[in-house]
Amino acid sequence: MPNDQMILHRKTAPEFKTVDHVNLVKPVHQKLDNGCNVFCFNSGDQELVRIEWVFSNLRFNPAKPLLNAATVNMLTEGTTSLSSTEIADKIDFYGAFLQVDYGHDHSQVILYSLNKHLHHTLPVVLDILTDSIFPARELETFVRNQQQKLQVSLQKNDFMARRLYNKALYGDTIYGLCAECDDYNALNREDMQAHFKEMIQPSNCTLIMAGKIEKDTQELVTNTFDKAWTNAEKKADISQPELQSSTEHFYFTKKPDALQSAIRMGRRIINRTHPDFPALQVLNTVLGGYFGSRLMANIREDKGYTYGIGSGMTSLKQTGSIFIATEVGADVCKAAITEIEKEVNKLRAELIPEEELSLVRNFMLGSLLGSLENVFSHADKFKNLYFSGLDYDYYDRYIEIVKTVSAAELKSLAEQYLDSSQFYKVIVGKY
Amino acid sequence: MVKFNRFTLDNGLRVIVHEDSTTPMAVLNILYDVGARDEDPGQTGFAHLFEHLMFGGSVNIPDYDQPLQRVGGENNAFTSNDITNYYITLPSANIETAFWLESDRMLSLAFSKKSLEVQRNVVIEEFKQRYLNQPYGDVWLHLRPMVYKNHPYQWATIGKEIKHIEDAKIEDVKAFFKKHYNPQNAIMVVGGDVKTEEVKQMAEKWFGPIPAGEKYHRNLPQEPDQHEERRETVTAKVPLNDVYIAFQMGGRLDEQYYVCELMSDILSRGNSSRLYRKLVREKHLFSEIHAYMSGSLDKGMFVFEGKPLENVSVETAEAAIWEELERLKTEDIPDHELTKVKNKTESTMIFSEMSLLDKAMNLASFELLGDAGLMNEETGKYLAVTGEEIKQQANKIFRRDNSSTLIYLAEKVA
Repeated sequence: MPNDQMILHRKTAPEFKTVDHVNLVKPVHQKLDNGCNVFCFNSGDQELVRIEWVFSNLRFNPAKPLLNAATVNMLTEGTTSLSSTEIADKIDFYGAFLQVDYGHDHSQVILYSLNKHLHHTLPVVLDILTDSIFPARELETFVRNQQQKLQVSLQKNDFMARRLYNKALYGDTIYGLCAECDDYNALNREDMQAHFKEMIQPSNCTLIMAGKIEKDTQELVTNTFDKAWTNAEKKADISQPELQSSTEHFYFTKKPDALQSAIRMGRRIINRTHPDFPALQVLNTVLGGYFGSRLMANIREDKGYTYGIGSGMTSLKQTGSIFIATEVGADVCKAAITEIEKEVNKLRAELIPEEELSLVRNFMLGSLLGSLENVFSHADKFKNLYFSGLDYDYYDRYIEIVKTVSAAELKSLAEQYLDSSQFYKVIVGKY
Repeated sequence: MVKFNRFTLDNGLRVIVHEDSTTPMAVLNILYDVGARDEDPGQTGFAHLFEHLMFGGSVNIPDYDQPLQRVGGENNAFTSNDITNYYITLPSANIETAFWLESDRMLSLAFSKKSLEVQRNVVIEEFKQRYLNQPYGDVWLHLRPMVYKNHPYQWATIGKEIKHIEDAKIEDVKAFFKKHYNPQNAIMVVGGDVKTEEVKQMAEKWFGPIPAGEKYHRNLPQEPDQHEERRETVTAKVPLNDVYIAFQMGGRLDEQYYVCELMSDILSRGNSSRLYRKLVREKHLFSEIHAYMSGSLDKGMFVFEGKPLENVSVETAEAAIWEELERLKTEDIPDHELTKVKNKTESTMIFSEMSLLDKAMNLASFELLGDAGLMNEETGKYLAVTGEEIKQQANKIFRRDNSSTLIYLAEKVA
């Protein structure tokens, strides 16, 4: 006779546990004499490290829309002592990876390096941060190549839809940036050097390192970026002009040959600093934040209109937004929009059934746990908090809200924030 | 170094366990030894369509995704020309849910007609989104049949044409399942915060009772060596011209594979690589250029892809690529350059150990190649490559009569 354990109940799900807490690795903080804040995450077995130098973007100048992005993207293109080739060669030779990354609020230089090669790779970064010269020849190449890439991107409906959407929500600001090929021609070295001097200085930098960082590694980093790196006379102006949302809410760009239409719709709402943010994330997950979401279940899994649809929330320094994005068969574009609006309105009209809500709670907590894959992810979680001016209490509160927010509270949040008649709507393709 | 334990169930299912207690999560990855290469030429795209159907409910569990999400898990899958791979990540305390779900769909699917109908549409939209409605999206639909005249690699995983997907019938789905989805044809990797003994018990409990099924014996038409230059030109509504040159090369198990990989790194890895330095930065001929290998199990492709600048003719662009290939064939590779690509490979290996899912997928792939332990021998194989071997491979592969050149010409639209 098989014992009870061996009788398989294939129709019944095994017992499971819910996640009730998450252990976050917290950083050690140190402020260097030059004003640079350093945060250090020490964990992991591999002898490697990721170091990020994060800078606030400077005040956006609508007359020079690409200046900030180009200055950051060209940081690896040459210094007084190292050519673009030499920088690339040194970094590659030591098996490191050096990236520059331009974001809406911050830009960063990221170095991935094995610990044993740090004494070769760090000086290259120091040189870049203190002495970039934006050589004319490299700028010319940069401009030409970016223009070509932009031409290709402009043929992609989802890229077009994203641009138009941002422009409508944020206007002529750093968030609404909608560069044309011609804007690249306005870039010049003098502007870039001035921008570089003001932006890339220690008092405008947060240095975040994560990996296997023993005392000597930490000292190597802080020693390299302390005395040898000084501030400019002018303090970085990181204020931003006010966002200007457009009064027009509907945008349609016709592409006669389109097989699919890109749809993007949504609106500005709050960012992470607002107490409603975690609960809205629950609402967003229900709507379109996971594979089993209502939008996926209806528009992909029931109707087959699309390969994928989702909703998301962004949290920026000045604002936040919730959006829905998809590419659907050109012939079903109108029908898809009707269904999207139906799903949004349903959140305002009906309570989310408890079974669905408990699934979403568990999913979100599991997903939080799963997002902490390695020491880099712990540093990423910290960045979410630090740059929003929040404390680690935020995640305790987040977990609590995900576990306990009620269907009635979610409905009232939907009524407050998700009025689809106020949504911006962008369609590229056929309508 | 990735440690693992390994055992095989009586029904032929191979199981690998990678214990990693630094994470509170677990991964369950199942690789099925079936890909687009195993399809009937009249029914292409089927392996991938089938992957979608694996989420349409199994014999005892009507919905696959919901019970997994309920325990905090996530999953996805992909299909290549060689394999179909399914993976779950979830809090390790709930790993049994993954065993329950995966074993039931290996046992049998629900074969729902509604699911087939919807997933046909979803895959057709995927076909449009990724291959037809993107500039240059259909490149592989053109290039593969140029490189492969006999081997089923001549079609992409999405299939040759939308009609093949439209025509799929529920009987075909059942037959495909019977032929390919059984324990003998699968490799399971369980990784993360788990213990081998527990995994063994759960594997026996949930997968042990599944019948072994029939063993699939692969017997594919092999691709003969190429001895003539092939060339095609396509005019399309794209903003810029684009040049593709593909060469036949050995498969993943070919002993020269590692030599080729370093050769592709020398040519195209990072901003210090030859093609980028010479052709983008010095000679100002391309806005971007890349070289890469398809990495397939049977005879592979070594591919060059570049967009010439607007004032550069396609002929000049092509000639410049060939010039770099000739250099590789005739000149010695400087020690510094060879050390550079080896260092980069070594550090990439170490960085890849930061991801549990990557480790699990890699263990499954290497087990398919014959032994999961090969994963830990990789770095040594790269370090052993000599400059002379690279030169030999360059001469063997980069021949005009082993090339297939596809030119995209931009049809100017306002």
